[in-house]
Amino acid sequence: MKIVVIGNGMVGYKFCEKLVAKSQPQQFEVVVFGEEIRPAYDRVHLSEFFGGKSAEDLSMSPMDWYENNQIKLHLSDPVQSIDRTAKTVHSYHGITESYDILVLATGSSAFVPPIPGVDKEGVFIYRTIEDLEMMQSYSKKAKKGAVIGGGLLGLEAAKAMIDLGITDTAVIEFAPRLMPRQIDEAASGILANKLEQLGLKIHTSKNTSEILGDDCIKGMQFSDDTKIEVDMLVISAGIKPRDELAKLCGLEVGHRGGIVVNDKMQTADSFIYAIGECALHQGMIYGLVAPGYEMADVVASNLVSYINDDLSNTPLGVRGGEKAFLGFDMSTKLKLIGIDVASFGDPFINTNDTRTVVFEDTMKGIYKRINISGDGKYLLGGILVGDASAYNMLLQTSKNKVILPPNPEDMILGGRAGEAEGNGVLGLPDDAIICSCESVTKVGICKAVSEDGCETIDALKKCTKAGTGCGGCVPMVKDLMVHTMKSEGKYIRNVLCEHFAYSRQELYDLVKINKLKTYDEVLDTFGNGDGCELCKPPVASILASLWNDNILAKGNSTAQDSNDRFLANIQKGGSYSVVPRIPGGEITPDKLIVIGSVAKKYSLYTKITGGQRIDLFGAHLSDLPKIWEELIAAGFESGHAYGKSLRTVKSCVGSTWCRFGLHDSVSFAIQIEERYRGLRSPHKLKGGVSGCIRECAEAQSKDFGVIATEKGWNLYICGNGGSKPQHAQLLATDLDSETLIKYLDRFLMFYIKTADPLTRTATWLNKMEGGMSYLRNVVVNDSLGIAAELEVEMQTLVDSYKCEWKEAIENPAIRKQFSHFINAPEEKDPTMKFEAMREQKKVKDWS
Amino acid sequence: MENWFYACKIEDVPANGGVCVKYKEEQIALFNFSRRGEWYATQNECPHRQQMALSRGMIGSQNDEPKVACPFHKKTFSLATGECLSGDECAIKTYAVKIEGDKIYINLHPSAPKGELETHELIA
Repeated sequence: MKIVVIGNGMVGYKFCEKLVAKSQPQQFEVVVFGEEIRPAYDRVHLSEFFGGKSAEDLSMSPMDWYENNQIKLHLSDPVQSIDRTAKTVHSYHGITESYDILVLATGSSAFVPPIPGVDKEGVFIYRTIEDLEMMQSYSKKAKKGAVIGGGLLGLEAAKAMIDLGITDTAVIEFAPRLMPRQIDEAASGILANKLEQLGLKIHTSKNTSEILGDDCIKGMQFSDDTKIEVDMLVISAGIKPRDELAKLCGLEVGHRGGIVVNDKMQTADSFIYAIGECALHQGMIYGLVAPGYEMADVVASNLVSYINDDLSNTPLGVRGGEKAFLGFDMSTKLKLIGIDVASFGDPFINTNDTRTVVFEDTMKGIYKRINISGDGKYLLGGILVGDASAYNMLLQTSKNKVILPPNPEDMILGGRAGEAEGNGVLGLPDDAIICSCESVTKVGICKAVSEDGCETIDALKKCTKAGTGCGGCVPMVKDLMVHTMKSEGKYIRNVLCEHFAYSRQELYDLVKINKLKTYDEVLDTFGNGDGCELCKPPVASILASLWNDNILAKGNSTAQDSNDRFLANIQKGGSYSVVPRIPGGEITPDKLIVIGSVAKKYSLYTKITGGQRIDLFGAHLSDLPKIWEELIAAGFESGHAYGKSLRTVKSCVGSTWCRFGLHDSVSFAIQIEERYRGLRSPHKLKGGVSGCIRECAEAQSKDFGVIATEKGWNLYICGNGGSKPQHAQLLATDLDSETLIKYLDRFLMFYIKTADPLTRTATWLNKMEGGMSYLRNVVVNDSLGIAAELEVEMQTLVDSYKCEWKEAIENPAIRKQFSHFINAPEEKDPTMKFEAMREQKKVKDWS
Repeated sequence: MENWFYACKIEDVPANGGVCVKYKEEQIALFNFSRRGEWYATQNECPHRQQMALSRGMIGSQNDEPKVACPFHKKTFSLATGECLSGDECAIKTYAVKIEGDKIYINLHPSAPKGELETHELIA
C-alpha cells in the first residue's frame, strides 16, 4: 500500500513513527512532502531555540531516520494540487506521486488580524524556525517589544522576546483577561501579576487599530485612543488551519476553516485522511499536540489492521477501521516563563448544583480552583496557577471519576501536617491513564514492574514509554513502581548505582567496620565493575567523614566530584572560584585588604556571598595554588565552598554592638563554624546564629539555626532555603552553649551516618519515619543509646581537622595536578574568555 | 604508522583519571583507566556547552562501557566510541593512544587503530 503524507510537522512525523512501529517492513511505501527546509521539529519547545537549543536539538528525528525506515522525504517542496480521480498529488518542484491513501497533515498558520500596517518591517509571526531566525537578527536593533495575543501562544512569544533580550515587552490581549480559554479571571490576575514582576507589561481589553511607523514599526495605536512606542512586534493571536489544498480539490471544509473529518479522521473522500491542526472534528480544531498524536495513532492503527486482516475483497478506503477518535481532553499543564499554569476538566463550571473551592495567595502568586459536583463526590475540573504540582493527581481523579475524600480541599492545600495525601495514585482504577502523552495506564505500569521486571524508572520508560513525553507523570510512575515492588515483598532501598548494591548508610557501616581507606579498596571489597560518577562522590564522602584524610591523597583524588577534585568551584568557561573561610562573617580590615590585593593581582571578580563571605571568581586552574599560598600566608584557610561539607555559620552582629542583642552571636557562630569546618557530609551544611528573636541571621532557614533567648539558646534543625524552602524545626529550648554543641554533634553525626547521598537535612527529616519526634528522641533523649558514640566520633573529626589547601600547596605531587595542560603547565586555557562588566570581569556567556 | 605525537609520561596521568594534552591548537583529554589497564584519548571539549573540561571529569563504566562524565552537567560519553550516553548530545571524537616504555603517544588521525594495543606488554 502506498501512503502519501502532506506535511512534515510534529503530527505528520508522529504518523510516520507510529506506522513504522506498528507495521512490518515493506508493508507500506511512504512518501512525505514538507514545505519547510528542515525535517519535522518540536514546535512546542520552539522558545528554547533562543534559550540555546539548536535547530538540530529540536529535531524530532534526523534525516537518516527517514532513510533507515524507507520513507521518501521531499523537503522544501509543498504539494500544489491533488487529483482525486487519478489519485495523484503534484508538487511545486514538479514531482507527481500516486497514492492509495493520502494523509493531510498540513497543520496551521498564524492567524494575523487585518490591522492596517501589519506588513511593516519589524512585525513578525511566531511559528517556524525561520520566523525565529528572522526575529533573532531583527531583535539586535530593537528595544521596545510587543506581542499581540495573551493566550498560550502569545505568552510563549513573550517568553521568546525576553530570551532575545527585549525585556521591555508589552502583551496586548483583546479579551479582558490572559489565557481566556484556559483560566478564569482571578487566575489570570495572579498570572498577570507574576508576569509583570518579570518586567512584562500586560494590557487586556485592548484592541489594536493601527500599526504606526513609515517602513518600520514605530508604535501601536489602540481603539481606546491610547498608543505605545514599539520597535518590534510579534503577532501570536491564534491559528488558522491550512485547508487550502483540501478546498482546491473539493473536500468539505468548515466555514471558519478546517478539513471536515469523521471519527476515523477520514475526509469527505474516504481515501483521504486529515490529522492535526488542519482537521475539523465535531466542529473542533485541536491546537495542541497531544490530540494531534492521538489522531495520528487512529489513522496508523486502522491502516495497519486493514493490511493485517487481509481485507482484499473490501474496497480500500470504504472501511475506516475499528479505532476512532472520540474527542480529546483539553486539559493542559505548562510552564509559562517559569510559572506553572494548568487547567483540567471543565475549569469554569459554576452552576447551582456544583461547588467551587478556591485557594488564593497573592503574596506567593498561587491560585488553585477545583469544581466539585453538588453531592461532593466528583471532581469536575479546575485551574492551577503558580503551583501545579497537584495537576496529575487532580486530572486523574476527575477523568476517572474517583470518589473524593470528605475534605476535597486537602487536594489543593496539600497535607498540612507532613506529607499525608490520602491514597494518591494507588486509589486510581486500573485503567486510569497515568501518562497521557503515550496513553499508558496504571495497570500497564504495574504489570511492567511485576511481570517484565522493570524495577527502575529508566527500565519502565524503555518498556512502556511512560514518562518519555512531557515527563509530568514520572513521580506517579515512581510511586506505582515502588508500591508494586513493596506489595511483592521486595525490600526497597536506594542503592548507590550499578556498581554498589548497598545504600549509603549500609556502605558507611561496612567501610567503617572494615577500615577501608581508599575508593578502590571499597570498590574491590563491596562493589563490582569500574565505578562511575554516581558512586565515586558518595564513597569519597564516606571515607572523608570516617577518616578525615586529605581528600586528594591516597589515590582518592580521581574519585572526588568535580569541585572537590581541584578544591575549588568550577564556573562557566572552566575557571574556578575561591572562597576563603571567614567564620561568622567577621573579618579584619587587614584581611580584607589581602583579599583585595590577591583579587587584583590575579584579576578576579569579587562578590559577597549569601553566607557572609567573599567569593573570588575567574581563577585559572594553574593559579589556584599560588592564590592559596598568598591567602594562607595571610592567615586564611579553605572555606570548603566546593565540598559537600560545612559551608558557613552566618551570624547577626549580636550583643557586642546591637542594642537588642541578648548574647554574643558572632562569637558563638565562630566557635561553631570552627568546630565543624571541613566536616564532610552527605550534602552541604549551613548554619546560623541570631542574637535575639528578630532573627537577622535567618537561622531558621539553615540546616541548624541557633537563636538567643533570655535564658540561653534555642536550637532549630533541618531548615532549608533553595527551591523548596522549609523552616527549621525547634529541637530544644534555652540550652547553654555546651549542651547545644553536644546536641549539634549528635545531630550532625547521625545525619552523616544515615542520610542518602545528596540529601539535605530537611529532606532527610521529611523522609524519616517518626519525623521530628523520633529525631528529638535520638538526639535529646538518647533513645538509641548511641549519643556518647556519636559525640566521640564527632570529636575525632574535630581533632583531626587540617586545612586541605595548606596540605595541597605543600605537597608537590598534589600541586602538580593544578595545571590545564600536562605538557605545557605554564600555559593557560586559551579558550577561556572574559568580558568587562561594571569595572570587573565576567565570563563570556556560553552559547 | 605516521601522525603519532608524544603527549606525556605515564606517571603524569593520575590513576583512573585524566589530564589535558596540548597539541598545536588542539586540546585532547587523555585518560588512564588503570582499573581496566586501558588508555583513552578524546576531544577535551564537551559538546553540551562547549566547555574545555572533559579531562577533569570522573571516569567509570556503565554496563561495562567505559565512560567519562563532564564536570559541568554530568553528561556522560563513551570513551570507546565517543557516543553520548546521557541524552542526545553529539558524540565526541576519540583518538588512538599508544604506550612505548614510559611514554604516551596520541594519534589524531581518524583511521589510527584504537583500543587494540596491549598496553600491559608495552609497559613491561
